[in-house]
Amino acid sequence: MAPVLEIRNLSVSFDTSTGPFHAVRGIDLSVDRGEVLAIVGESGSGKSVAMLAVMGLLPDTATVTADVMRFGPHDLLTIGEDERRAIIGREVTMIFQEPMASLNPCYTVGFQIEEVLRLHLGMTGRAARSRAVELLTAVGLPDPADKLRSYPHQLSGGQCQRVMIAMAIACNPTLLIADEPTTALDVTIQKQILDLLLTLQEKHGMALILITHDMGVVAETADRVVVQYQGRKMEEAPVLNLFEAPQSPYTKALLSALPENATGRRLSTVKDYMDQLAGGAA
Amino acid sequence: MSGRDERPGEGPGTTDPRGVGPGVERQLGVGPAGAEPATVRADEAGRRPTGGDPVRHPSPLLDDPVLEGRAITRDYHVGGGLFRGAKVVQAVRGVDFAVPRGKTLAIVGESGCGKSTLARIITLIDPPTSGTLLIEGKPVEITGRRPSRELRSRVQIVFQNPHGSLNPRQKVGHVLMEPLELNTDLPAAERRDRARAMLEKVGLLPEHFDRYPHMFSGGQRQRIAIARALMVNPSILVLDEPVSALDLSVQAQVLNLLADLQKEFGLTYVFISHDLSVVRHIADEVMVMLRGEVVERGSREAVFADPRHDYTRTLFAATPVTSLQSIRARVERKASRRAASEGRFHAS
Repeated sequence: MAPVLEIRNLSVSFDTSTGPFHAVRGIDLSVDRGEVLAIVGESGSGKSVAMLAVMGLLPDTATVTADVMRFGPHDLLTIGEDERRAIIGREVTMIFQEPMASLNPCYTVGFQIEEVLRLHLGMTGRAARSRAVELLTAVGLPDPADKLRSYPHQLSGGQCQRVMIAMAIACNPTLLIADEPTTALDVTIQKQILDLLLTLQEKHGMALILITHDMGVVAETADRVVVQYQGRKMEEAPVLNLFEAPQSPYTKALLSALPENATGRRLSTVKDYMDQLAGGAA
Repeated sequence: MSGRDERPGEGPGTTDPRGVGPGVERQLGVGPAGAEPATVRADEAGRRPTGGDPVRHPSPLLDDPVLEGRAITRDYHVGGGLFRGAKVVQAVRGVDFAVPRGKTLAIVGESGCGKSTLARIITLIDPPTSGTLLIEGKPVEITGRRPSRELRSRVQIVFQNPHGSLNPRQKVGHVLMEPLELNTDLPAAERRDRARAMLEKVGLLPEHFDRYPHMFSGGQRQRIAIARALMVNPSILVLDEPVSALDLSVQAQVLNLLADLQKEFGLTYVFISHDLSVVRHIADEVMVMLRGEVVERGSREAVFADPRHDYTRTLFAATPVTSLQSIRARVERKASRRAASEGRFHAS
């Protein structure tokens, strides 16, 4: 079976006043139907940029090159704007870290969900309204009919993220990309949102790419994990293998920096590991 | 994990439960009888405004509370427009706590539980609506008057967001010297020397003195914020989610730094966090808050080994687990679900 998304040798650089900045340096990755892929890395590892390149959401200052960048039958390298607009929001959707900031504060939640249905599926009026109620029910919002008339500021962060998820699954996408979907949320809400994402993912057989910096979230959700550091892929492994027998020194460093893995009062830091590595090489 | 939790600098009595069954000890101040500090709260009974008593695990170390709060309450008046009456929000309701010198009290809770309001009260930014705050055994009264220089120097705070808490137009050196300018009469040369020394103490370089905050990474900025807080030699440091905005590896460095500084200066920490794995690593005492009230408190060992309140259990259950055991169980569950659904598919 062909993967839902296949990327080979993806590089992204940004033009800056001090010359090009390489955010992503030659990354391969692929995700299958029904699979949860976690991309984990710290800030500046290029994990978000790589996915924004897939979505075609990078600004003009970015230069994207790749040998292969394919989503189903669509070649994302040569795709035209119209074709891309037809896929994005329908077959590939994305949710972001700040649910409050991702929704338009000037329109009701109902309007924003129905907009997706109108643009991609041509649904209007009562059909769109009842589908919107159905979607809000699916993401577990109480009083869905009522909530459709709410503005984003009247909802909590967790509720806004549920609305975002409702919009993202409105057209039964093949791939959902979630960029730090729970980072801004409380831990009990985080659990609810992750459970919701996984339930929907399994139910619809979606592929889910989860971008995160949180090893705990990785442990609780992923089938397979890609570890990124400074724009390069450090390691790729099934989740259990990654935690059980990490191969790359960077992954080892990340895992040992977890407070629950501390020995005594000191935590090992990534710097310790990288210094060791440099010392060993010299 | 708890088997590896041995920590230097703790007296042998720390983990001694003294044979008191959990939940039996209802005295406030929770010490072995007789070892209670002189500041026993005899008037405490019946002063708790709402709810039942929080779950209390016996906690043996309280002979030298450097910071103490008794029935601290804080109300905020919100709203009150032309057509609506004002509403009173009780952000903190009758909270008691005490932290022994050189120890770390972790306050755990989710947004809106009142933990940051409590931090503002401890740091003397806001006065409590009622209740008493004691610093080094002395009651502090700041309603209607400014806290003295001396008092302000006792308690300092480090905020969550190191990007927002440093003035972008102020060089790092001035960031560090300002507390000395405001709170001491030290001459300029002395202030400068101390600032440079403090930079080194927190793992930065003396040449960083003349740089601006934007030239630093998040972790370095948090080091600067910690350095600023330590300039006036406080005995108490309130850390309001100090590592929540940091990457995992940087978080480890900052937590290590905090542990080193605590040891070196005998600092008392009030560590506010929603991240239980960090709390488990750094705390001596844990206090769980929900809607302005303390629902559970006790030593770290007791609370983590035996969480009693429903909310504490909910929090623990929601915290992601990175143990191999739980990952393996999850992967297996998913595989069997998948096998089952494929079975159904083939049968039909």
